[in-house]
Amino acid sequence: MKVLVPIKRVIDYNVKVRVKADNSGVDLANVKMAMNPFCEIAVEEAVRLKEKGVVSEIVAVSIGPKTAQEQLRTAMALGADRSILVETDEDVQPLGIAKALKAIVDEEKPELVILGKQAIDGDNNQTGQMLAALTGMPQGTFASEVNVADGKVKVTREIDGGLQTVELSLPAVVTTDLRLNEPRYASLPNIMKAKKKPLDTKTAADLGVDLTPRVTTVSVEAPAERQAGIIVGSVDELVEKLKNEAKVI
Amino acid sequence: MSVLVYAEHDNAALNKVTLSVVAAAKAIGGDITVLVAGKGCGAVAEEAAKIEGVSKVLCADNDAYEHQLAENVGDLVAEVAADYTHVLAAATTTGKNFAPRTAALLDVAQVSEISDVIDADTFKRPIYAGNAIATVKSSDAKKVITVRGTSFDAVAAEGGSAAVEALDVAKNAGTSSFVGEELAKSDRPELTSAEIVISGGRGMGNGENFEILYKLADKLGAGVGASRAAVDAGFVPNDMQVGQTGKIVAPNLYVAVGISGAIQHLAGMKDSKVIVAINKDEEAPIFQVADYGLVADLFEAVPELDGKL
Repeated sequence: MKVLVPIKRVIDYNVKVRVKADNSGVDLANVKMAMNPFCEIAVEEAVRLKEKGVVSEIVAVSIGPKTAQEQLRTAMALGADRSILVETDEDVQPLGIAKALKAIVDEEKPELVILGKQAIDGDNNQTGQMLAALTGMPQGTFASEVNVADGKVKVTREIDGGLQTVELSLPAVVTTDLRLNEPRYASLPNIMKAKKKPLDTKTAADLGVDLTPRVTTVSVEAPAERQAGIIVGSVDELVEKLKNEAKVI
Repeated sequence: MSVLVYAEHDNAALNKVTLSVVAAAKAIGGDITVLVAGKGCGAVAEEAAKIEGVSKVLCADNDAYEHQLAENVGDLVAEVAADYTHVLAAATTTGKNFAPRTAALLDVAQVSEISDVIDADTFKRPIYAGNAIATVKSSDAKKVITVRGTSFDAVAAEGGSAAVEALDVAKNAGTSSFVGEELAKSDRPELTSAEIVISGGRGMGNGENFEILYKLADKLGAGVGASRAAVDAGFVPNDMQVGQTGKIVAPNLYVAVGISGAIQHLAGMKDSKVIVAINKDEEAPIFQVADYGLVADLFEAVPELDGKL
């Protein structure tokens, strides 16, 4: 079966985020960019399913700027067979991305779509669920375990109270949580091989999709800084401060 | 304006986070209706009817909604949403699961995890793991929003007397089914609503050592959390994780024990009123956000603290 893995190019998770002085957004000029960490987990899961013989083809897809080709190459170095870039310089938002992905799903007809539960830039946590709704697929969000068998997929989900397991008919959408797997690193030979794998470029117009944002960002501010307090010398002093100064116990 | 609030519950009782979502609804303005979808959830609907400021409660009691499957609940809410300008759900794993489905079915954007209401179209929300706060304006006629519970002071659970209306709408997509769940059983307060939270990190060394935190927590009536490092290391289950991808907490007192203070963790607790850090590494970043820091071996400091309270 075929699996589609949508990925996103985002600021590298190690980079300290700085708000622009004019409050128009976050400063992304000259900062290191990388594949969103949850997307790496999605690619890894697809590759593991292929290694188990469950999946026959992995197609990576990204909706974003031309430079997102780098992340698609990374996905192919990790094991994706080919990739599709829907190139746009628009500030793409989850609903638009989900519509573009639906168009890709209609063309590619994957039996499984695996994607990250959220991107670490917008922290929206919407795209997988929206794609599932638009395509009428069931969804297994925040997955910590995925088992495909007998034309169904069983997904164990990380929920607030613990773990929940659901069974979904295929095709289905799965979004990854942190503990689903630990992504591998791409080896040098695989990085070289990935350069020769096919990468198709499309536009939103090709897909007949409108990516115009529905939500505008009015301003972006740095959060209120928390001031460091004091270092107490002993447990006694801590108890005294909590009782008499902070009055919280 | 009219706001539909989706109630968070376990079919037996209302989750307190719903009171914070109603508070966000009040800040938006207009009539507030609470939708309770579940199975055998009549008691929850009665409870919702007593919430201060709620004018109506809709109760969709059906097998299809027993386990809050997103396919069914998402459809239901999209249909009910026809009569409202705003649809609000808590930014819990339930709300995050179905709300984007509802938004997509309505062909509107979702505004995720708002932390403040500026006006009926404009909201604040954290982005980049809380390293930036965006003010965003939605141009959609209908708004689907998830609400960060800890950012809004809960309204009173009593004082209202809304009418409860049964809603006979069965949405069953038939594409998903509930297999089972492993829920943490604990007598301690739930993390997101606890007045005091004590969390352990990698410094705890193993799961058994969390006992000293449980003992202290029981003395203080506190909830117990953990850093991602402690969860990833298998010391404790995932539902205890506090942080960007775990639970967001804002108690009166947060005690971080053996936690270095990675950005990921700080994003989940830095809105706590008072933060105490106990760590033997005086360079640990957690001390930069702590009101009271104690540089000490946690295995000596925590039992001593326990003994002196």
